[in-house]
Amino acid sequence: MDRIPILKFGSALLVTIQVDMHDRLATALEEDLTAKIVEHNARGVLIDISALEIVDSFIGRMLDNIAAVSRILDADTVVVGMRPAVAITLVELGLSLTGVKTALNVERGMALIQGRLSESEADDADDED
Amino acid sequence: MPTTKTERLDIRQSDDVVRVRQLTRTYAVEVGLSLVDQTKIITAASELARNTLDYGGGGHVTVEALDQGGRRGVRLAFEDSGPGIADVEQALKDGFTSGKGMGLGLGGAKRLCNEFSIDSKPGLGTKVMIARWK
Repeated sequence: MDRIPILKFGSALLVTIQVDMHDRLATALEEDLTAKIVEHNARGVLIDISALEIVDSFIGRMLDNIAAVSRILDADTVVVGMRPAVAITLVELGLSLTGVKTALNVERGMALIQGRLSESEADDADDED
Repeated sequence: MPTTKTERLDIRQSDDVVRVRQLTRTYAVEVGLSLVDQTKIITAASELARNTLDYGGGGHVTVEALDQGGRRGVRLAFEDSGPGIADVEQALKDGFTSGKGMGLGLGGAKRLCNEFSIDSKPGLGTKVMIARWK
């Protein structure tokens, strides 16, 4: 079965969804990501959905699940690149993705994750004082 | 209502949901729907195709390009011969789900379209029609 590639980028994982996902592919991504977070000790997950023409309730739920599971595993999920028409449609559909952090593009998403990392490093430094 | 073009697709497996989205997109572009309206009808089609597969046990969709006196639109009719829906009013409410979904499928699809109708008979199947006009 096809898999969506997950790249390691520093202490974060980067996923770029470039295909129209069928449901099994979305479920596989959810499982693969969870395993990779643990394997790489990742602190952040960046999911680029700029190529997605639609996000329906299934994909929306997948994003919500990934965010919830990664939070429990101490990693932040940021979804980036959502197209404006997709955002409008999602809200009308009734999905507001309340559990998911979003950013306009990969750069800003990465900045969010880095920001959280340097905060926790600062906390660690405080603890040592 | 004059139909300018029509096509039928079987919905038997999860890849077919992707095919329904792609076919809907082709028709939506062809009748000249705006990008937001294209996105809305493709999303609605995706929800309904999944319902047909997961709850109806598979079925088919008929996609039509319409032209009503120069006003163009897309219409989709999903049909299955599954268990049907006992309480349609209830099924249209957000949060209603009999399975693995979020319960946004039917109600959400209705909100995303200009026209929506559902005809379901317990034990016989379900037919859902949606349309989006330019």
